[in-house]
Amino acid sequence: MTHITTQTTSSPLSPTTLLSTTHSGASASPLVGQSAVSSHDAPNEARAKNFLKDNIASREAAATKTKKFSVSNLNFYYGQFHALKNISMDITSHEITAFIGPSGCGKSTFLKTLNRMNDLEEGARVEGSLYLDGLDIYHDINPIDLRHRVGMVFQQPNPFPKSIYDNVAFGPRLQGITKRSELDDIVETSLRNASIWNEVKDRLHKSALGLSGGQQQRLCIARTLATKPEVILMDEPTSALDPIATAKIEELVMTLKDRYTIVIVTHNMQQAARISDKTAFFFLGDLIEYDVTNIMFTNPAHAQTEAYITGRFG
Amino acid sequence: MYTSSGSLGTTSRTVVPPGRAAAKALRHDTWGRLLIRTVGFTSILLTLAIGAFLLYRGTGSFWLYGHSPLDFIISSQWNPADTMEGGGHIGAAMFIAGSLITCLLALIIATPCSISLAIFMTEIAPTWGNRIWRPVIEIFVGIPSIVYGWLGLTVLVPFIREYTPSLTGFSVLAAALVLALMMFPTVTAVTINALDSVPKTYRQAAYGLGATRWEVIRQIILPVAKRGILAALILGFARAFGEALAVAMVIGKMKAFPTSLFDATVNLTAAIAADMGNTMEGSEFNMALWSMALLLFVISVLFIFTLRYLSNAGGDTHD
Repeated sequence: MTHITTQTTSSPLSPTTLLSTTHSGASASPLVGQSAVSSHDAPNEARAKNFLKDNIASREAAATKTKKFSVSNLNFYYGQFHALKNISMDITSHEITAFIGPSGCGKSTFLKTLNRMNDLEEGARVEGSLYLDGLDIYHDINPIDLRHRVGMVFQQPNPFPKSIYDNVAFGPRLQGITKRSELDDIVETSLRNASIWNEVKDRLHKSALGLSGGQQQRLCIARTLATKPEVILMDEPTSALDPIATAKIEELVMTLKDRYTIVIVTHNMQQAARISDKTAFFFLGDLIEYDVTNIMFTNPAHAQTEAYITGRFG
Repeated sequence: MYTSSGSLGTTSRTVVPPGRAAAKALRHDTWGRLLIRTVGFTSILLTLAIGAFLLYRGTGSFWLYGHSPLDFIISSQWNPADTMEGGGHIGAAMFIAGSLITCLLALIIATPCSISLAIFMTEIAPTWGNRIWRPVIEIFVGIPSIVYGWLGLTVLVPFIREYTPSLTGFSVLAAALVLALMMFPTVTAVTINALDSVPKTYRQAAYGLGATRWEVIRQIILPVAKRGILAALILGFARAFGEALAVAMVIGKMKAFPTSLFDATVNLTAAIAADMGNTMEGSEFNMALWSMALLLFVISVLFIFTLRYLSNAGGDTHD
């Protein structure tokens, strides 16, 4: 344990209390309410009570949400470099969880441990436990199956130099689907779900590299959807895109959360505030704070979080 | 543009002379351009001149001595007269066969080994592959061909004589193996470059979709690197096809078609190398050797075009 205490590892905010709630998660539990309120002033107390009242109904809906990932005491090393320090957090299904923080603070590294993409890095070493639906990611499931369940969208749009159709069909084909009609269905559904079908339906067999950056990124999302994942990890998916393409992707991500669990790394604070349900703030390999997005952005518990989201550093 | 007055004559423009630094830079620019152009044009001229000379000498057999080009390629009657009168036969079929058989065989042996090693070094053991094997391979590219030939002569030929039906050990097999060994580092080094140039993002995307390493290699890396690998094969083939010394040392230089891997035979380069010093300038024999040199060039070019055509026709056009 490092000198900075993360909320999720400190006892008042136990993972279960955090996860049994939705948008007002922290305030819904008396314990959490206490801890959040005790460190702040009276208006916040009132606000926290309002959250509690407003969200009793939504707690019913929260019952269908489950703990998708459960991470405890995760340490990650690149050779000698200690990239992630004692991370403990839970990620709820059918929500958008955003990771924010300055560059090089472990957000992407943590994201990539969730589907073991870090295995590919030289000298990578993981300690601690990481569960997906109760399965130990590093012991109970092989990386291939894991990556079918936990898909990934990268920072740079990276379609293969193949046709649009072959890009989307790549994952299903790996999973052994060869029947043309079945593939056709998957390709169309995936492209529709990624809101790009209308733009590409007449050029499915043309090269994917002919698309614009924003279209390529939506194609990459479609390609990930085609593998029928449960979770989609997004590593700064809009950082290489213009504002209009970014807006389209954000809109798309919001529509996807009904069916998928989404974890997104972003440098764009507004983006995290706009689209995510929960936000985690990473700094120098530590998880500083993890809470419901509304609270993180209006009433963060840690001075560092506040300094970062108000733009005082980063 | 910079005339001092417009047609209306109302305003006059003054052109500011370049400053000292700019003047110097512009002078360097002029000289640099002149130098590059001169050297560039000279080398183009030189290449064209060599081509023209080869064409002129190489076709002498046909317009000076009246041999048919077709006969030259398909006939195997080889007894050119070393005189200006001519009258001999210059069928080069067995030289051509020897060259093609040994080189294609070498290519068949070397290609899978080279590609496998390149994949191993880039995809499976990138760290020590790069640190140790890559420099080794690159040094091997520079080993003079006589070393390969000598190695073949002292190791391969006795081995083949001992363990195969070959009488002397000098054989198609020995030549093909020496050539394969010789082209192996070249093909490997160029293939490694081709595989390395496949963007890392493609690999990530494929792994992220749940592909195994083998699936990533076979479905993403090899298809994307196809052109680069083809270039490697062309380079390897070209090196082997033009190789005279190493082959001449182990092929046996027997003027006959081989009937098996273990027969001695002869090829274009070995024949040219063996006889070029013994012929009279301009004689039928001499001109026939030039024709063989021209043929070497033509076959190389044909091979390159065939591979390029195959690579364009066979694959997708998505790059």
